[in-house]
Amino acid sequence: MQVELRDIRKTYGPVKANAGISLRIPAASIQGILGENGAGKSTLMKILSGFILPDSGEIFLDGQAVSIRSPADSIRNGIGMLHQDPLDFPPMKLIDDFILGHPGALGLGKAAAAREFRALAEQFDFALEPEAWVDSLTVGERQQLEILRLLWLGARVLILDEPTTGISLPQKEKLFATLKRLAAEGMSILFVSHKLEDVEFLCDRAAVLRQGSLVGEARPPFDTRTLVEMMFGKEVPLAERRTTVRESGILQVRDVSLEGLRIQMRNVSFEVRAGEVIGLAGMEGSGQSTFLGACAGLSRPVEGSFCIEEQDMTGRSHHDYKKEGVAYLPAARLEEGLVPGLSLTEHFVLAEEKKGVFIDRRKARRLAQERIELYNIKGRPESTVESLSGGNQQRMLLALLRSPLSLILVEHPTRGLDIESTIYIWSKLKARCAEGTGIVFISADLDEILQYSDRVIVFFAGKVSPPLPASSLNVDRLGALIGGKLWEELESEVAHA
Amino acid sequence: MSGDIILIGLAGVLSSAAPIIFGVVGETISERAGVINLSMNGMILLTAMGGFAVSLATGSLILGFLAGAAIGALVALIVAFASITIKASQVAVGFVLALLCRDLSYFLGNPIMGEAGPRLPSASIPMLKDLPVIGALFFRQDLMTWLSFILILAAWFFIFRTRPGLVLRGIGEKPAAAYVRGANVNRLRYLYTVLGGAIAGLAGPIFSLSVKAGWKGTISGLDGIGWIVLAITIFGGWNPFKAAFGAYLFAFLQWLGLVLQPALPGLPSQVLQVAPFPLMILSLLLVNIGNAEWVELSLAHLPPRARRSISRLLRAMNATPPAALGTPFAKD
Repeated sequence: MQVELRDIRKTYGPVKANAGISLRIPAASIQGILGENGAGKSTLMKILSGFILPDSGEIFLDGQAVSIRSPADSIRNGIGMLHQDPLDFPPMKLIDDFILGHPGALGLGKAAAAREFRALAEQFDFALEPEAWVDSLTVGERQQLEILRLLWLGARVLILDEPTTGISLPQKEKLFATLKRLAAEGMSILFVSHKLEDVEFLCDRAAVLRQGSLVGEARPPFDTRTLVEMMFGKEVPLAERRTTVRESGILQVRDVSLEGLRIQMRNVSFEVRAGEVIGLAGMEGSGQSTFLGACAGLSRPVEGSFCIEEQDMTGRSHHDYKKEGVAYLPAARLEEGLVPGLSLTEHFVLAEEKKGVFIDRRKARRLAQERIELYNIKGRPESTVESLSGGNQQRMLLALLRSPLSLILVEHPTRGLDIESTIYIWSKLKARCAEGTGIVFISADLDEILQYSDRVIVFFAGKVSPPLPASSLNVDRLGALIGGKLWEELESEVAHA
Repeated sequence: MSGDIILIGLAGVLSSAAPIIFGVVGETISERAGVINLSMNGMILLTAMGGFAVSLATGSLILGFLAGAAIGALVALIVAFASITIKASQVAVGFVLALLCRDLSYFLGNPIMGEAGPRLPSASIPMLKDLPVIGALFFRQDLMTWLSFILILAAWFFIFRTRPGLVLRGIGEKPAAAYVRGANVNRLRYLYTVLGGAIAGLAGPIFSLSVKAGWKGTISGLDGIGWIVLAITIFGGWNPFKAAFGAYLFAFLQWLGLVLQPALPGLPSQVLQVAPFPLMILSLLLVNIGNAEWVELSLAHLPPRARRSISRLLRAMNATPPAALGTPFAKD
């Protein structure tokens, strides 16, 4: 189905999220929508899917003007959107999630729906079981579930908002294959991303948004430099690799075994040295989060010990780890890392952990102001944290870290951030390394792992590789290990060494 | 104690649990949609008084029950308006309403206090009532007790086996996700809060026209029941079957207190009167034990098979509340 947007405008207070965007997407094609965080991509897509109303503008489907005033309207017109955080129901069974919102009789018609579910899943080679629970799925599988559901609803236009954040390489390959196939069958696909390589690989055309306006369109072969210039209005240099590893050890992990309800890990041993960056790679739920949490004292090992700078920390509380200079930055920034409702100033007051009961307002505000400038946060001391964009929340988390630190443990440091913010975050993390801090991080982005790690540990279904020098890996080998291949080879290498 | 007395006692447990069941099912529907109706305690008192007053004035039992449902719906409408339209705190609004309705019922009910009024007759079914055991338990009850059985089944079927019920669970769990699937979240929340209020509003008249017939003001012994209803809704994991089990357990414990009193003359009578409450707390703890970290840790040492079956059992007992319970929905 051909989609045409004409002069779409939407303002939030003083911010022009969409300042008159016109775009035409032909049928049977994949249209990339590029732009940095806050460029207006999500707003435009939410308008097309009826989630928010534009101030003005028109939408045409196959040349017919349509009025889309609610998601119900967009569904009726065959538009389906896959949101960045899958909008599904984690405590439900897949089949219930699949049926919810589908029109039909009073009864659920589960048997018939399950048949159609299986047929669709088989068609796209998705290994999804209708009686399983949604909360047992990885992000990639939840996307697959949403795609099946939207197809069952009869979607002919599919919008995907940053679909490749948080999914593994094999899942990404499968997603791309599915999208290409759907486009070949006549579907129009809008692929929203800030990842150039994904757009370059997948899309038939790309539109670039900056500050609410369409700044240009491109067709393959894409030129990365031109696209980056269009996105940022300037060239962004990539940081060069440099290592700051020193000889002294920070964290010793000795023969640690961990058990969660779903996953078990046995006899993990390695050492993090001062100034070293270790990347933990693996599909979501392969044990790396459990492991990182254990390094921060959040759960206890069944066997083995953790030492920080030669001091045995096994079985101590997270509070004790913090006293030893360990900082833990969880993936869910707003849920676990920051306190929604509190202002930036109040966060700095909390983080300082000064003695005494009273708050010196003026001093606190001055400190907040300093840090905000130092970390280049777009926000005011009195803004609440939830009003910040994702990139600024991540900067805020870094700004809250105390100095000096011996170890930083961080989950998905740049998930959902654009290139500029990513480079900025890593420049700050690397500056910590130069001071002798060790960093252990989890990322689903293989390029990020290879770009910034000194050594990489791969997790697969509870198996844990020894630390592998990043120089010995490339995207293909790392992708294979994450997918559970090449492990025998790896184990024999270790046995010989 | 002879068998007959036990049977009559248990039949009494079933009928005295009926108002609690109406309250719990109404609250469950409302909370499934994401709205906490905390006014339950005052609302039950007000509907008990109002239902009895209407029945007394008109001589009609049906009008009495309808008045209860109408008052319940009206109170729920205030909760819905405050929490959905004005986006005020549901807890604050509900709590104030609970206090207001309670005092209102005592104040307005003063003139009819202690008057003898109509009473719901028991409706025995011929033939079936003479069946051994189940005849005495089920077929000599009054109409509202039967309706309470049907209500449990119907509510469960609606929530878990129908398409609108699935959407109901969706709007309480993740309203944004239900909204992108075409549901009009706020309108549905209004609907289910008012419906839940109407159902719970029948609890009062069941007390004042049947279980504890009449209106006796502060000594009616109804004050506190609404808080128990709220607790049982949580205890029941927002599932009508489990909630009904909680209601029957509570009624049974109360009856046990009465029965045991003559058997244990040394024990102060207050102990037995209060006993159902701590016992309810204990069972609440037991049901949610799977949430505790130490349980998970100690389970880790068991052999895998035993661990899997225990954790499955815990997962079945353990209910997570509707994720969006108590939070208003706004599309960013």
